Amino acid sequence: MKNKTSSPPREGEARPSRCPDNSAFKQQKLPAWKPQLTIATVLSSFFLTGAFCLSVGVCLILSTNSVREIQIDYSDKCSDCSKLRENSSNWNKECHCSVNFMLKEDILGDVFMYYGLQNFYQNHRRYVISRSDAQLLGRNVNIQKSYCAPFTTYRNGTPMAPCGAIANSMFNDTIDLFYNLKSSVIQVPLLKTGNSWWTDKNVKFRNPKSYNLSSAFAGTARPPYWQKPVYLLDEEDERNNGYINDDFIIWMRVSAFATFRNLYRRVSRIRQFADGLPAGNYTFRISYNFPVTKFKGRKYVILSTVVWSGGSNPFLGIAYVVSGTAATLTGFVITAIHLKLRKKKAYFQK
Amino acid sequence: MTVPREMPEKWPRVRAPGGAEEERRVRANAREYNEKFQYASNCIKTSKYNIVTFLPVNLFEQFQEVANTYFLFLLILQLIPQISSLSWFTTIVPLVLVLTITAVKDATDDYFRHKSDNQVNNRQSQVLIGGVLRQEQWMNVRVGDIIKLENNQFVAADLLLLSSSEPHGLCYIETAELDGETNMKVRQAIPVTSELGDTSKLARFDGPDTKLMQNSGRTKFKRTSIDRLMNTLVLWIFGFLVCMGVILAIGNAIWEHEVGVCFQIYLPWDEGVHSAFFSGFLSFWSYIIILNTVVPISLYVSVEVIRLGHSYFINWDKKMYCAKRRTPAEARTTTLNEELGQVEYIFSDKTGTLTQNIMVFSKCSVNGHSYGDVQDVLGHKAELGERPEPVDFSFNPLADLRFQFWDPSLLEAVKLGDPHVHEFFRLLSLCHTVMSEEKSEGELFYKAQSPDEGALVTAARNFGFVFRSRTPKTITVHELGRAITYQLLAILDFNNIRKRMSVIVRSPEGKIRLYCKGADTILLERLHPINQDLTNVTTDHLNEYAGEGLRTLVLAYKDLEESYYEDWSERLHRAGSAPEAREDRLARLYDEVEHDMMLLGATAIEDKLQQGVPETIAILTLANIKIWVLTGDKQETAVNIGYSCKMLTDDMTEVFVVTGHTVLEVREELRKAREKMMDASRSMGNGFSYQEKLSSSKLTSVLEAIAGEYALVINGHSLAHALEADMEVEFLETACACKAVICCRVTPLQKAQVVELVKKYKKAVTLAIGDGANDVSMIKTAHIGVGISGQEGIQAVLASDYSFSQFKFLQRLLLVHGRWSYLRMCKFLCYFFYKNFAFTMVHFWFGFFCGFSAQTVYDQYFITLYNIVYTSLPVLAMGVFDQDVPEQRSMEYPKLYEPGQLNLLFNKREFFICIAQGIYTSVLMFFIPYGVFADATRDDGAQLADYQSFAVTVATSLVIVVSVQIGLDTGFWTAINHFFIWGSLAAYFAILFAMHSDGLFQMFPNQFRFVGNAQNTLAQPTVWLTIALTTVVCIMPVVAFRFLKLDLKPELSDTVRYTQLVRKKQKTQHRCMRRVGRVGSRRSGYAFSHQEGFGELIMSGKNMRLSSLALSSFTARPSAGWIETLRKKKGSDGSTAGSPSGAADKTLKV
Repeated sequence: MKNKTSSPPREGEARPSRCPDNSAFKQQKLPAWKPQLTIATVLSSFFLTGAFCLSVGVCLILSTNSVREIQIDYSDKCSDCSKLRENSSNWNKECHCSVNFMLKEDILGDVFMYYGLQNFYQNHRRYVISRSDAQLLGRNVNIQKSYCAPFTTYRNGTPMAPCGAIANSMFNDTIDLFYNLKSSVIQVPLLKTGNSWWTDKNVKFRNPKSYNLSSAFAGTARPPYWQKPVYLLDEEDERNNGYINDDFIIWMRVSAFATFRNLYRRVSRIRQFADGLPAGNYTFRISYNFPVTKFKGRKYVILSTVVWSGGSNPFLGIAYVVSGTAATLTGFVITAIHLKLRKKKAYFQK
Repeated sequence: MTVPREMPEKWPRVRAPGGAEEERRVRANAREYNEKFQYASNCIKTSKYNIVTFLPVNLFEQFQEVANTYFLFLLILQLIPQISSLSWFTTIVPLVLVLTITAVKDATDDYFRHKSDNQVNNRQSQVLIGGVLRQEQWMNVRVGDIIKLENNQFVAADLLLLSSSEPHGLCYIETAELDGETNMKVRQAIPVTSELGDTSKLARFDGPDTKLMQNSGRTKFKRTSIDRLMNTLVLWIFGFLVCMGVILAIGNAIWEHEVGVCFQIYLPWDEGVHSAFFSGFLSFWSYIIILNTVVPISLYVSVEVIRLGHSYFINWDKKMYCAKRRTPAEARTTTLNEELGQVEYIFSDKTGTLTQNIMVFSKCSVNGHSYGDVQDVLGHKAELGERPEPVDFSFNPLADLRFQFWDPSLLEAVKLGDPHVHEFFRLLSLCHTVMSEEKSEGELFYKAQSPDEGALVTAARNFGFVFRSRTPKTITVHELGRAITYQLLAILDFNNIRKRMSVIVRSPEGKIRLYCKGADTILLERLHPINQDLTNVTTDHLNEYAGEGLRTLVLAYKDLEESYYEDWSERLHRAGSAPEAREDRLARLYDEVEHDMMLLGATAIEDKLQQGVPETIAILTLANIKIWVLTGDKQETAVNIGYSCKMLTDDMTEVFVVTGHTVLEVREELRKAREKMMDASRSMGNGFSYQEKLSSSKLTSVLEAIAGEYALVINGHSLAHALEADMEVEFLETACACKAVICCRVTPLQKAQVVELVKKYKKAVTLAIGDGANDVSMIKTAHIGVGISGQEGIQAVLASDYSFSQFKFLQRLLLVHGRWSYLRMCKFLCYFFYKNFAFTMVHFWFGFFCGFSAQTVYDQYFITLYNIVYTSLPVLAMGVFDQDVPEQRSMEYPKLYEPGQLNLLFNKREFFICIAQGIYTSVLMFFIPYGVFADATRDDGAQLADYQSFAVTVATSLVIVVSVQIGLDTGFWTAINHFFIWGSLAAYFAILFAMHSDGLFQMFPNQFRFVGNAQNTLAQPTVWLTIALTTVVCIMPVVAFRFLKLDLKPELSDTVRYTQLVRKKQKTQHRCMRRVGRVGSRRSGYAFSHQEGFGELIMSGKNMRLSSLALSSFTARPSAGWIETLRKKKGSDGSTAGSPSGAADKTLKV
């Protein structure tokens, strides 16, 4: 409210101008690219995508078809053993069995031996977190603070090394491959190192530092399901023992799904196996330690070659072909609709 | 100055704010006494926090937000180890971020409130304390203090006028800050104290108790319809989340029962979990935690950020900056922007909003000759914009420099001594009730009671007939430099019935002459028949003026015989002192003398519209926005303005005027109006469609589909009836069927009621625009309130959500800023929900493959950063910068505004489409890698199907897919968009590799378990092929659908974008406005804003300074009841009844 007469003196003529800046940004006039969906761009993108997908798909299918793979389910092949393993009190009783198979053709190139497990939930949340990466890095840590429970310590307080459900449930069958050549049995030479990721082997897993491995693990105990302590995983090779054992490392890299395969051994390409596995009769000799029947699981042993796209999984190739076909078809449909519409429009314009 | 220690035993009874009568006992100038009552102090406090209370209070307020509490709850859940499926920081990082951003914003707001409070509180006033005047800050003024005010001081409390330096305790106040009206209002001190001299006032209400603070009410927190929709959707999503949680929990219970039990040798149940059922229960909460990202915490913050950005664009808009008033547009509320794109109804005040409240003498017709047309060099009527120089008035030292006239021939006529022209201006300089003030020689100020009169007298002044001063008995005029004093014999005052005023003066030569000016309809009938020819010509001129929307007056004079005057004046005197029927008798006498007059001419006054008003209204109308004018002005004024700003046109089928005084009359008038409209459409449209409509839908829709253009003008009292509960729907239907609605003489409350009515029944977004305190209620009621800034009044601006200084900026605010805001917000929301569903639903699918164990698909850091780093900025950039069509196009094609009004771009349907797209994406995102990874190995035979590689693959393809999608959604790629989109992708890979680096792992081996994963996984061609396939399959269908929609059913905006080339052909015809040439219904403008009673005031001499009174032979006249007259008129005057008219007005009724 103003009191009495006339307008107030205009204040501060020297005020800085309140006029907004005339910058492109403030006036929303920034130069811009305004892409539009036009019939040309859409059709070309569909046909190009279609062509790309189809060609990739065909390549993939062709290459995966060249993969040779043999998969043998041995969970029931050794029924005695599986029964034996159902009772966990028999953990230290050895059980061996053999599985024979025949190769009709040579498998040429690098041959990889995998073990496969089915229905083993390595991706369960409680399973996934049940490990101590600090411990596996060779550090002296209090694993009580980790998520290893209940596989942390024994009742007497001795910590488990390594701790956690993952380590405890490590796959511990040993599988050897024999080539039966005219009544003589030749053991196929298998490489047990170099199967894991370089970063895992050299960064993620380290043994505790000490003058020898057994002293490094002094004061710890093996996980309950293990038959031997961690420092005896590979007595022959110092660089494949303890936490940096390849089998252990591979096991510790948990799988994404309940059915998975892990690389177990590679065929060493020497002597008669220099080109791969020659055709003939083979025998897997398996020391059956890992119980699977309890959780209705299966286990497999797999021999496979690889190509640039990996193993024998045909999914990606098929998916590419399907998508490529779909994209191309959609391209045609769009063309048809567009043309029809244009005709209609032209008709109306007349 | 002497002031009594105590007021007499007469307590002003004041109505307490809020309605209930409350008695305030105030003893003037006695602080100790008044303090007993604990009245509020005068300190204005609108701020919320101080430094100490900020953190606790602000946090408390923030946690009252449901969303924040919800996330706090999640945080607590995560701290329970059995449930925790995610690390605590995945929730706390975004939560802290959100809280911080909000707190910073609140703190900034409050800082500015503190600043403005301080400014008001620290204004100086002079307070009488202990008998001495002291400079005091306004905040220290107490109830009961006596304050001395000087000229041009601000008043920051409700005051009671005790006395003033003006005679009779009169005081002129300006209430611009209250109602935006710049003309002075008169207040008189109560008689007891009026003779005290100097202006002093008694503080009556202080601080928060002032009328203003009371009336301002609690600012309701305005929410936009998008806000409400968003809240609903968030609730739905929340329900959906719970459903997913339940499904997965049941899954978990079954799984644990069937499979998990057997698996216990490898993975025993947690301690305390003894049954599958309990495990399921725990997994429910675990899933709530990991799926909570479907209700993204960053949603609300992002929306706020976008709105803030839009607000800044409004503030920065150079095209909404008024150079004259040096005021830029201002978005005072930052939460309503997108609603600007959905407005369907605009409620506009008139004075100060549509008009400038400046009257300009624009044309005149003297003796059958019309002056005032703007002429170019060749003598043709010139178009606006190419005006020649205005007429030079430098010959006249007393001229008002602000006055401009464009036709030199009138001045030439004056100079040539055309007697008619002279008489014309003489009349204008004599026949009025203007008061003059001459501060120094030649520096004249006119205090005009109505701006029309001021304009006329100023015109006469510039043309050499300068009204110099007046006493109750004389008027001194400088006629072309000669001072002539006329004897003022009588003022035949204006009233609403007479619609004219006259003066009777005696010239120095002794001739008695009556000068009259008034409405043409009235005056033309009272002319001497001799004028017939002249009348015809003048009538033509009047029609022409009216056609241009000017307010016209007719001027006439009459010579009176001395003897006749004596007789008449005797009778007048008798009638004036008559005890009864005084007014009737006076009226009859007036009527008698104002007869057989000689026509002098006519004037045309332009009620100056704000710039660009008609164009703006036209464009807004084309944008399907209905404009209602709600004004306190009289009907004639309002209708006049309606015509001049092209809301009403003579092409309209009919303009209904509702002026009924009773419920029945109003109902009848409304019914008739409706019937007429329906009859017309029945006869115009073919019968079939009409019948169909009638049978298929209700009356309302029939009315809405009406053919022909109608307008409705409704009066204040009629409106009062029309707004009653039983008639409001009827009124609304009628009004909404009309193209234009004008409500005149409405009170501020009624303005708000009308807005409320439309809000209630129409479910439409309303916008109110006004400039004065009387618009505050309407501004606050409407969804969006706009204040006209840069004028004296700031109340409307303070209450408003947006302010700018010109009505015409409204089109830019709505059609450009509002439209874009709406578009951007909708696009933003669609994308935001999409990306979060695509992100989160993957967990759901994964649940079926991981034993429903609440294992996340992604790394926890990815979950933490997805919403705040990887995908936030591109969508924010789109939400802030996107443009579908350039701004010029939205002005050219106002129809582009329609999708907003119809709520087409984001509604429940669109939401479900986004959600469906999100879910579709998540399905592919999960199952394609699932298929690939089933038995996958690397190209060197090593394992690839591990969990971590899967996580990296899915996360990478997700980031790429949503980035491609935002690229597809972004229609306007500025450098910033490029930077954000590419930057986000780059940031994703940079962070990915950093998180998977050796260094971090060495430091925190248990936190960064993904060491080496990125370089191993992303080196595989299979992984990249998977990502590529996922992207193609997720995006191509979207492209196909979008293109087909574009091709088959293009939106107008799509078409506009496409027709850039042919647009010149189509350049809309709407923009060209008809300027002149409409033969309009004539509207007499006389004294639209004039009050009766001023003539009497002048004749009594009460409002004249003693100095000037001393010159005159002043004797008290019997008619001293002017103040009653004034008050009576005021009481019946609807327009002022509700305006906060200051303290003195109320106290007079004691």
